[in-house]
Amino acid sequence: MLCEECQKRPASIHLTKIVNGQKTQINLCEECAREKGETIPNWSNYSIQDLLSGLLHFEQPTGHESVRSSQTMPRQLVCNNCGLSYDRLINIGRFGCSHCYETFGSKLDPIFKRVHGGNTKHAGKIPKQAGSKFHIKKQIEKAREHLEDLIEREEFEEAAKVRDHIRDLQSRAREGEGRS
Amino acid sequence: MSFDRFITEAISPWMKTGPSPNGDIVLSTRIRLARNLDRFPFPTSASQESAQTLLQYVRKALSEDEYQSVGALEFLNMSDLSANEKRVLVEKHLISPYLAEKSQNGAVLLSNDESVSIMINEEDHIRLQCLFHGFQLNEGLVLTNGLDDWLEEKVAYAFDEKRGYLTSCPTNVGTGMRASVMMHLPALVMTKQLNRILPAINQLGLAVRGIYGEGSEALGNLFQISNQMTLGKSEEDITEDLRGVVMQVIQQERSARSSLMRSSKMQIEDKVFRSYGVLANSRIIDSKEAAKRLSDVRLGIDLDLIQGVSGNILNELMILTQPGFLQQYAGKDLTMNERDIRRAALIRERLQLETE
Repeated sequence: MLCEECQKRPASIHLTKIVNGQKTQINLCEECAREKGETIPNWSNYSIQDLLSGLLHFEQPTGHESVRSSQTMPRQLVCNNCGLSYDRLINIGRFGCSHCYETFGSKLDPIFKRVHGGNTKHAGKIPKQAGSKFHIKKQIEKAREHLEDLIEREEFEEAAKVRDHIRDLQSRAREGEGRS
Repeated sequence: MSFDRFITEAISPWMKTGPSPNGDIVLSTRIRLARNLDRFPFPTSASQESAQTLLQYVRKALSEDEYQSVGALEFLNMSDLSANEKRVLVEKHLISPYLAEKSQNGAVLLSNDESVSIMINEEDHIRLQCLFHGFQLNEGLVLTNGLDDWLEEKVAYAFDEKRGYLTSCPTNVGTGMRASVMMHLPALVMTKQLNRILPAINQLGLAVRGIYGEGSEALGNLFQISNQMTLGKSEEDITEDLRGVVMQVIQQERSARSSLMRSSKMQIEDKVFRSYGVLANSRIIDSKEAAKRLSDVRLGIDLDLIQGVSGNILNELMILTQPGFLQQYAGKDLTMNERDIRRAALIRERLQLETE
């Protein structure tokens, strides 16, 4: 089948338009379809945003857990730093600021999973500045676990030492934050 | 003007110097990082004022220092450039179409040899890009990483322990890294093997697309392979996966070339020299035909059928014969027909220079 527009190239795009119940079929080659882009919706301007917002729209609650999370995360949720609403995020497929990631939190997991082959957690580079802070945070977590373990075993003398160590780490973490 | 050289020379200095590993098939390697600053709204939702503040802030932070061998960076404000000058920078891959056309308060910092480009107020606050000759993923990773550390000392990045580097678009979050390799694959296209390979590459989380031309067509048999996923894998793993696939494709292309030479040497020679003849003699040539012929000639050079012509002719003329460049040379806007005439003249001239 030849393109209806140029009558030269083979038609590779077949569009069915339904306007007021009237069905029309258009057969175009890629080049002419691009040129006519403005008159054919979602063709020339179909972008990654459209794809993403499509995916986000797709995230309807299905199981028990997602029903719960959709209740705690109303669609009207708005980022208090940049004012981006969840609805707007869905429409533009773009975050407004870095704080949005916190605002929309775990609601974003499904979208990351789809876009990044099932992954939701960063496994790459850590900036040096943030790195030392995370390092201390990890140490604190570890020491806390150790502390609970010691208390359970009633080794209070050792536990007191660990508790002091945690306090020390906490004040170091605070200093680090003050600096940055 | 100081930015003149960025828009008058088609071939960037980085393309001419240094080694070009696997340069018969891989034309260039590019690594780019998407980075944002903490607290500032992302460019896509920033006010004019906030975008301007960010621009000045980043510009000032980077103007006080140089990173090792990269040297001083030239600052170009998008608002100071004409539409065609911006187009030329896009054609040279020094800035993105988004920065040229859509950004507000967009700017770019370019290194002298044009291998490093730092875009400001693109879709993200900072887009850092390094270009390398041939196949050099490791070198690219080392340089971008170093530049990234250098930037991080000057500005506070938006980073989250769980999600990594936070970006405007969810497709870039995590490492914020896109590594891509530009390949010339004429034999795989000719033998129709590429259609078999592409789906396999896509399944590995990598994307393949034509660099010139739109839709399913790849002008000049030039393809770009890049990673799609940025979250859940380290930068090293991402580039290692890409490297493995690109090595495979290089081998496939090489073996397709040698089997073509074994089975149909005369036909290949005919194709190559026919195209050479067209380029050396035509008076009107459109960009599509030019790309096809240039690809044939480049293949002829790589197969030692054509001697005395630089392999760079493909990269250089592909850029030089783009509309923006042709208009820059002419010093005015051109109609499509005028462009086709100028393109033919430029190619003839360039080939003559080579053989003199």
